[in-house]
Amino acid sequence: MALVDVQDLRKEFVVRRGSGLRRERVVVRAVDGITFAIESGSIVGYIGPNGAGKSTTVKMLTGILVPSGGRVSVAGFVPSKQRTKLAARIGVMFGQRVQLWWDLPLIESFELLRHIYRVPAERFRQNLDMLGAALELGPFLRTPVRQLSLGQRIRGELTAAMLHEPDILFLDEPTIGLDVVARQRVRELLLRANRERGLTVLLTSHDLVDIERLCSRILVIDHGHLVYDGGLETLKERYGTERVLVVDLEEPRPPLDVEGARVIKVDGPRQWIAFERERTNAARLTAQVAALAPLRDLTLQEPDIEDVVRRIYAEGATGSAGRSSTA
Amino acid sequence: MPLAFLRLDLEYAKRGYARYAAYPAATLAGLFTNTVFGFMRAFILLALFEGGGEIGGYDRAATVTYAWLTQGLAATIFIWGWQDLGLRIRTGDIATDLIRPVHPLRAGLAFDVGRSLCHAIFRGVPPVVIGSLVFGITTPSGPAVWLAFGLSCGLAIVVSYAFRAIYNVASFWLLDWRGTTILAITAANFFSGFVIPVAFFPLPLEAIARATPFPAMLQVPVDIFVGRVAGAEVVAALASQLAWAILLLLAATWLFDRGVRRLVVQGG
Repeated sequence: MALVDVQDLRKEFVVRRGSGLRRERVVVRAVDGITFAIESGSIVGYIGPNGAGKSTTVKMLTGILVPSGGRVSVAGFVPSKQRTKLAARIGVMFGQRVQLWWDLPLIESFELLRHIYRVPAERFRQNLDMLGAALELGPFLRTPVRQLSLGQRIRGELTAAMLHEPDILFLDEPTIGLDVVARQRVRELLLRANRERGLTVLLTSHDLVDIERLCSRILVIDHGHLVYDGGLETLKERYGTERVLVVDLEEPRPPLDVEGARVIKVDGPRQWIAFERERTNAARLTAQVAALAPLRDLTLQEPDIEDVVRRIYAEGATGSAGRSSTA
Repeated sequence: MPLAFLRLDLEYAKRGYARYAAYPAATLAGLFTNTVFGFMRAFILLALFEGGGEIGGYDRAATVTYAWLTQGLAATIFIWGWQDLGLRIRTGDIATDLIRPVHPLRAGLAFDVGRSLCHAIFRGVPPVVIGSLVFGITTPSGPAVWLAFGLSCGLAIVVSYAFRAIYNVASFWLLDWRGTTILAITAANFFSGFVIPVAFFPLPLEAIARATPFPAMLQVPVDIFVGRVAGAEVVAALASQLAWAILLLLAATWLFDRGVRRLVVQGG
């Protein structure tokens, strides 16, 4: 059986709007029939615009939210019914919540977690040494959590989520507030744990490098629906339909008027022309441009993952990014 | 096995102690306030005994002792407003407690025992010592009474924690948690015998108070300390505290688990 098995998962919230006699109950479907399975040993990115239902899903997977419908199984447990048993097998990090004990030195939180998860002392020492070295915790291990910087705290939170060697890690924005070097360290740590002991990770991140470097598979959620489940390359093809033709003209010109495309930027004689894969192609576009103005040079820019994901976050996967598979 | 089981509670208690010991300035301010109020309450209550005599089994010496002892115990047992758990429920931080393989109320109780130890040492004992130096107080008649007093304080802490947990857990359902909290704190302050000894109440009111868990939070250990409750009555008093502790803990747990079932964690 898959480590995570989700079938037709639903979560509805009842929201009351208005006041007095005009109050009405509105049912909001935060998660509306999601099905997927995650095999042990994979790193899966879970992305979508704010409010798409990402956190709601993760809360149902960890047992802190009871589904309105559908079935969930994580590590063989039904999370909402066997939350405490499941807790020992999973690690969770919520980006914007503090799980460490605020008033205590960082090391005290770790020591307490050792007892909570019954990690043998020797094992705990090894794990803390490994995580401490990988995330450079040494300088602030004895500092109270309330005095840590965001980046230091996030590294502490990640350590706290991994000390008991969970089978699966749920990470919400694991690199938020970290500098470039620390981000890279976090990624290396996750990849290493994945490689060496088959750690499974489900992560949400606004950092596209995280997604690109870590995730072999991506789930895109929008308006409570799973709108994409697959690899990175296919995602680019599917959502990154807009390519850009960069043309160098003989001399500066006002933005060219070409059918099926639009000029998005002009810099002297250079113009950036964006076009949809479905509406025209690079050859036809080049011919059109050449007919309008003498061409000196041209290059074609493929959409990169950053554009794709930024568009998904900004506009919603079913918005202007095109296809609607949710219907 | 039971010892290994309690090990986790001990670890929580150690951190509970450390968390409160980390703020010496707050502790000092609390101690100062406790002591000042100790003087005020001792003088006010003493005025009742201008003509000598006894009220509800309390004479002059027992009443002064009561004033200082309650001053020390109030902080230790924490009969005042406590919102730590309610705040976690309202902000959704409770989610981070729920992903631990430990019941949050068990963790909370152990943590609170650590807190009470810190408060006992730094805010509980000093006012009583100061009071005894300035006014003189009656002390327990023998080691058995000291032991009973210690046990009674321990049970009072559990009863107090369970009661605080209940009005905090109300945050799962109530948007207007402030009203409930104020009501709960007022009831606890009055019926626990913190304002005046329960024995000073007019009879119907005293009967009502005795039927609530509040005297088990404060009045019972004080009565044992001053000897108003003695002999076999001590056993009965401890048994009733134990019963309240179990009942309220069960109620808090039941309510908490109900609340979790309908939990909607906001945001994220």
